[in-house]
Amino acid sequence: MNSPTMDRSPPNAEQLRGIIRRHKRWDMIFGLLGLMALAVGILTLVALFVDMAVSGVPRLTAEFFTSFPSRRAGQAGILSAWVGSVLVMLVTALVAVPLGIAGAVYLEEYARKNWFTDVIEINITNLAGVPSIIYGLLALGLFVYTFGLGQSILTAGLTLALLILPIVITTTREALRAIPQHVREGAYACGASQWQVINDHLLPYSTPGILTGVIIGLSRAIGETAPIITIGALTFIAFLPPAPFTGEPPAGLFDWMFSSFTVMPIQIFNWTSRPDPAFHQNAAAASFVLVFMTLGMNALAIWLRYRLRKNIKW
Amino acid sequence: MPSTITLPAKPPALKAESKNLDFYYGEFKALKGISMPVFEHKVTALIGPSGCGKSTYLRCFNRMHDLYPGHKYDGSIHLHPDQVDVLDRHVDPIEVRMRISMVFQKPNPFPKSIYENVAYGLRVRGEKSRSYIDDKVEAALKGAALWNEAKDRLDDLAVAMSGGQQQRLCIARALATDPEIILFDEPTSALDPIATGSIEELIGEIKHKVTVLIVTHNMQQAARVSDYTAYMYLGELIEFGETKEIFMKPKRKETEDYITGRFG
Repeated sequence: MNSPTMDRSPPNAEQLRGIIRRHKRWDMIFGLLGLMALAVGILTLVALFVDMAVSGVPRLTAEFFTSFPSRRAGQAGILSAWVGSVLVMLVTALVAVPLGIAGAVYLEEYARKNWFTDVIEINITNLAGVPSIIYGLLALGLFVYTFGLGQSILTAGLTLALLILPIVITTTREALRAIPQHVREGAYACGASQWQVINDHLLPYSTPGILTGVIIGLSRAIGETAPIITIGALTFIAFLPPAPFTGEPPAGLFDWMFSSFTVMPIQIFNWTSRPDPAFHQNAAAASFVLVFMTLGMNALAIWLRYRLRKNIKW
Repeated sequence: MPSTITLPAKPPALKAESKNLDFYYGEFKALKGISMPVFEHKVTALIGPSGCGKSTYLRCFNRMHDLYPGHKYDGSIHLHPDQVDVLDRHVDPIEVRMRISMVFQKPNPFPKSIYENVAYGLRVRGEKSRSYIDDKVEAALKGAALWNEAKDRLDDLAVAMSGGQQQRLCIARALATDPEIILFDEPTSALDPIATGSIEELIGEIKHKVTVLIVTHNMQQAARVSDYTAYMYLGELIEFGETKEIFMKPKRKETEDYITGRFG
């Protein structure tokens, strides 16, 4: 071998140090660039949050949470909005969780791998990318007009459930896939049926992942405005949905589901579009509450995952 | 060339017998016409180089291949004395797995308590009696030489135990349901020498209660623990016989080459 490169002597220690210094410089430059990129996102968020807090926090009194909206900004509150948001989330979770988990278990454990399941999988991925207003239009046509469910909490909950279904399905499938095959085989080797394997092993072991997916889905749903406006939630509402067995004549157990409603983002949108700056303060305060609800749900997801995963090792 | 099968003058009772067993992964024929006996209360070792089909053969006995698409069995594995063919399409693999349990290569306890791990086989059978399960769990843990270490921590998570303890727990899980055969798929390949020694000792003891079929890549292990040995190569059974015969005076050149380390 007489190629010119082979004739060169290897770098001596001094040269090696030079090379390493160059590499380290690049390490540092990239580290700084990355930090700056991160700062753009974080600082913008912090600035927004601080701005919102400064104008909104003074409005955060107990009355703000217990008052209905009002024409006078100083007396207006978010009672109907937060109650509406909580109830809509309840319906969303009740629908999306069982449907999403069952769908994911089917796809991951039962479905044969063929073109049909491929098509379903591609569609689930696509559904996650469909703009939320489209879900609103679908719900308007299907739930409001065809099924006659009205512009109700039920309609909103179903709509948002459809919206977050792909998130729940995808995270559940990931959680199921993370369970090692040898654990499945161990269970089957004990003589377990497929359902016993799913019920005794796969679902318990994937609970942390599933919960995380559900909460991330719900924290997306709670901030959704477009589909809720599309189905026709009211922007000004001064009553609460009927609690079961109250009122005259007494409301049924599920009457609240058919009540008209409003949710936090709509209340915020409504107040922001008023000319009076006092309402803008209300909007800031309500936004602050909404952000806290979202962050609280995410924090809960992280804590639950941490707590439950401690007991699951392979 | 057909397999060379050498039986002792007075062979022990049969527990299972495979006849002309072919197995396919899709188009690939992984096992070619395997016929051999499995004797009751004996340890039968399956040896051979990687890819020879020994694990594939073992996993036919509890229909583990049924979990994956593209498998196909031809031939039979009859259990004695009732002559059930475990490979028969009409025999439910769950029934087979309730009669024949398995210990895997890597210890695979469930992320549940020690107690629940051992009790699981009873639970899937619908066993409800707490005292019955208690007794069975204790007996199985004793049978797996784990009772003294585990009796005060039955509610602790199984995954907190050492690798060797986890593998003994998996043996207890396999023992708890009084199976007829236990399949061991390279049970010590993930363990240190001391844990390996205790597992081998255990296999020597449990054969008085169950029939053992063990895959091992370690020839010394086969020589130490087994009564009968089958040497497989490229999906075929080359030679089957008493372990001392196979190791001392193999009849086939291929077996001798493998045993003496000239090949494999």
